[in-house]
Amino acid sequence: MTDLNSLTIAEARDALRKGETTSVALTEACLTAIESAGALNAFVHHTPDIAMDQARAADARIKAGDAPAMCGVPLGIKDLFCTRGVPSQAASRILQGFRPEYESTVTSQLFDAGAVMLGKLNMDEFAMGSSNETSVYGNAVNPWRRGNDDTALTPGGSSGGSAAAVAADLCLAATGTDTGGSIRQPAAFTGITGLKPTYGRCSRWGIVAFASSLDQAGPMTKDVRDAAIMLQAMAGPDAKDSTSADIPVPDFEAALTGDIRGKKIGLPREYRMEGMPAEIEALWQQGAEMLKDAGAEIVDITLPHTKYALPAYYVIAPAEASSNLARYDGVRYGHRASLDKGDGIVEMYEKTRAEGFGPEVQRRVMIGTYVLSAGFYDAYYNRARKVRALIKRDFDQVFDQGIDAILTPATPSAAFGLGEMADADPVAMYLNDVFTVTVNLAGLPGIAVPAGLDKQGLPLGLQLIGKPWDEAGLLNHAYVLEQAAGFVSKPAKWW
Amino acid sequence: MSIDIDTARRVAHLARIAVKEDDLPALAQELSGILTFMEQLGEVDVDGVEPMTSVTPMRLKRRDDVVTDGGMQDRILKNAPDAREGFFAVPKVVE
Repeated sequence: MTDLNSLTIAEARDALRKGETTSVALTEACLTAIESAGALNAFVHHTPDIAMDQARAADARIKAGDAPAMCGVPLGIKDLFCTRGVPSQAASRILQGFRPEYESTVTSQLFDAGAVMLGKLNMDEFAMGSSNETSVYGNAVNPWRRGNDDTALTPGGSSGGSAAAVAADLCLAATGTDTGGSIRQPAAFTGITGLKPTYGRCSRWGIVAFASSLDQAGPMTKDVRDAAIMLQAMAGPDAKDSTSADIPVPDFEAALTGDIRGKKIGLPREYRMEGMPAEIEALWQQGAEMLKDAGAEIVDITLPHTKYALPAYYVIAPAEASSNLARYDGVRYGHRASLDKGDGIVEMYEKTRAEGFGPEVQRRVMIGTYVLSAGFYDAYYNRARKVRALIKRDFDQVFDQGIDAILTPATPSAAFGLGEMADADPVAMYLNDVFTVTVNLAGLPGIAVPAGLDKQGLPLGLQLIGKPWDEAGLLNHAYVLEQAAGFVSKPAKWW
Repeated sequence: MSIDIDTARRVAHLARIAVKEDDLPALAQELSGILTFMEQLGEVDVDGVEPMTSVTPMRLKRRDDVVTDGGMQDRILKNAPDAREGFFAVPKVVE
């Protein structure tokens, strides 16, 4: 039998139900793997005692014949999720010491289904970043390397710890969140599967807010079937989040029929970016061929406002962030700066936020403040929201024409070296999101599936974009792509 | 649109983030660079387009205007950097 920590959720579920293994054994295997993987800096808060308690409880449930699919499955949880009594600090200094008195809806649904929490995972501070380099915990490191070159690579971001942990088999799967690509880009950089559901599919309650009209939680898993199983447990309406949709959650795993005959797959011509590496272009074509071979029809489509998605996003997301992050004032939780004699409340706010927020978060809060300030609101914020409406309309029109799913590259490059972008313009880093950010602006479901290796031996992913609420159809397309691509590579263990 | 040092100082204050005087020129330059990137939005014809307010076309849910939770002062205050006698404590506010 393979190492227990390298099992998929589906394999673990089946083995647990047959009594071939126990959740305690699975959990111990993961905890051992985590202990020897400090070099990846993926797990930043370890919760072995909680994990073992949950594992024993899961084993009792399985024995009693009451075992939902996630029962006994050891997971890593992104630090953005509030977990009761366990540090939850969004990788920020400003939330140092914060231990929520409550549990996020997504994690409580997972734990109610019997899942086991191994610990909290590294990420970019407040999910703002594409390389996990803005974290107060330091960089998470990609388990993949360029051939024999030992340069440390980024696992992507913001869910970099989640991606590294799943790729390195430190857990069976992990939660992620995606505001502009934060599940899909790291999944592509680490050769795993990452699904951003339709906006409103998963409750945002108890997840530290970055940009409330864009944020969605989703699963980061070893394959497409696992994404279906885990989404099932995470999704559903929640009275505590008024934007969570009152729409029934279908059986996602049952949708994986492998039959996409007659389906129409759109290839948006605007995603053929200037300067895109030939390998990515080739992979995209191969992906289209695979879907065609499976009986789908490939259609050239146009999404004319694609070019404006990034600038619109970098107005809207910082604007929302600047209001969401106003709550970090040193009064109710987290860090408060030590004050000089005579300092008043404004100095307390200003010093606390200067000490508590890292440079990227400060930058975005200030940009957001600026675009919302009197005199600029219309020129920037309102204009960006109008452009957003046009971006969504582009997608609506394509789906109205009968397109079932859209195929694009997931990222404009493979994983890059940690520190390689340090001297670059902040805008250069933002370009990482070029293929993913449109999906958040339009509120659509999107999934990154590993599809091949580049010439340096690093994983490359493709993205499929689905119709609103059609995660089931999207997962089935992804499943076909996964079967055809046959991606089975794993990073060689060096840590 | 370029941001001068005075604007950078004003934005930092509005955002309640202390920025040292020496750091303002670099901040102004950085913010200007990002805003230049956003200038592209000016190319788009948005005449007659309504700003997007809701991601999915749904009516915002409503609930009865009743108290559903509460009575947990200890838990509310538990994470406060400074809590005294059942209150959040802050420096003296004199205006």
